[in-house]
Amino acid sequence: MIIDFLKIFWQTILDVSPVIGIVVFFQFMVIKKPIPNPRKVVLGIILVILGLSLFLMGLEKALFPIGKIMAVQLSSPEFIRASYHDPESWLAYYWIYIFAGVIGFATSVAEPSLIAVAIKASEISGGSIGKKGLRLTVASGVAIAMVLSVFRIVSGTPLYLYIVSSYVIVILLTMFAPKHLIALAYDVGGVTTSTVTVPIVAALGIGLSTVIPGRSPAIDGFGMVALACLFPVIAVLGYGISIDLLKYLQNKKHEV
Amino acid sequence: MLLDKGTNFIRCLLENIRKHTLSKLISIFLVKIRTAFTDVLPIILVVTFFQLVVLKQPFPNLENVLIGGLLVVVGLMLFVEGLEIGLFPIGEMMADALARKGSLFWLLTFAFALGFSTTIAEPALIAIAGEAANISASSLLIKNSPDTITSFALGLRITVAFAVGLAIVLGVIRILKGWPVYILIIGGYMVVIVLTYFAPSAIIGLAFDSGGVTTSTITVPLVTALGVGLSKIIKGRNPLIDGFGLIALASLIPIIFVLIYGMVMYS
Repeated sequence: MIIDFLKIFWQTILDVSPVIGIVVFFQFMVIKKPIPNPRKVVLGIILVILGLSLFLMGLEKALFPIGKIMAVQLSSPEFIRASYHDPESWLAYYWIYIFAGVIGFATSVAEPSLIAVAIKASEISGGSIGKKGLRLTVASGVAIAMVLSVFRIVSGTPLYLYIVSSYVIVILLTMFAPKHLIALAYDVGGVTTSTVTVPIVAALGIGLSTVIPGRSPAIDGFGMVALACLFPVIAVLGYGISIDLLKYLQNKKHEV
Repeated sequence: MLLDKGTNFIRCLLENIRKHTLSKLISIFLVKIRTAFTDVLPIILVVTFFQLVVLKQPFPNLENVLIGGLLVVVGLMLFVEGLEIGLFPIGEMMADALARKGSLFWLLTFAFALGFSTTIAEPALIAIAGEAANISASSLLIKNSPDTITSFALGLRITVAFAVGLAIVLGVIRILKGWPVYILIIGGYMVVIVLTYFAPSAIIGLAFDSGGVTTSTITVPLVTALGVGLSKIIKGRNPLIDGFGLIALASLIPIIFVLIYGMVMYS
């Protein structure tokens, strides 16, 4: 176990070293000013590397094996036949829809980069954008994307239809969304899909497209990540618009 | 007598302070670990429910699962702590110092280097590029020889890393000029839609996925801090409206570049 940890720790250090290199180079060669609280900053970076290694190691020990087995078992023909009278129907996969939705939600809530962006957003907005609220909204977006992706693989509809219509929805919502939320909303799309979510989601997509007759993992297994990037944007923009709308309606009531 | 009283008093004071800070430290620690636990709790609930109720099976290696769960919680707590005392401050401070220095060249070089170097070494990208090269070779889209496969994978990685570097540069210029972010993003969407129409179908899924894997857990806090730091120091910029948006570009521009890469390499 200690060897496992050292391996992951070393890998994390390797991953982080280019960033550290650039920061150090610019700090000493270009900026040439002392860092305030250098000890604290170094301690912070060590904590980040250490924390990330422990986090990844825990995921690989506990969540990934079980999540992958689960994805395969839930999409296995025996399980499908046992749980629904008509295994041909797209409804026969209802447990997978539920699993995809809730696991997408749960992994997004634990995603470290999303936590980082939520902390910054709440700090800058003076707390008017809540950390919890933002993360829950994003997680709901990922959940919807997961359920839709399962439907896409089960029904065999092409990916580009989903992507292009999501783009159209994002563009429409952008026109009505409150200005201060737009940039943040675009950002959370790229953030949600990293350490925790991608491996589980990829396992689900590949498992599902292997089992269902007529689907190929190479073509249909892709694209879950793409949708999981787009729906959080829609969720955050939509949330902003509905809050504005509610306020508008309340004001109108007062006027009457 | 008086001296004795004095030392006694000081000793009492020290004792008090130590007790106080220790209990304070413990309570801060408890709050932090509880927050991390709440973050991970949904995953625990979902997995347990599906394992015990839906699949009706016991946990395989329960011990491993419990240890793993504990590591996840502790790791998340340390990460968030390090973020707030290390990564965020250094990111904002460098943005601040580079902006004050007033050299556009160094600022943009920093932006490009940050984007390029964090992406070229990204393990998820290395994995995806290798897989894509193998699939392309086995479906005879490129020549099926080890040399071609290696250079295809490397080319793909360089393409994506260059795209991310360029995206951060573009994003920084946007903050300096005060352009609204949606013009760049929606413009980018249009380009993606048009390119998707012309690009070989084998590259499309890969292109969309490469956008998602570019922004790693270390890059996100630093890039966010860079954007927010810049928009704080430049007059007339609002951190909320102008500070965000760098990551969005870093996820979008690679899609465009990979689509073009596919069109060039497969033809």
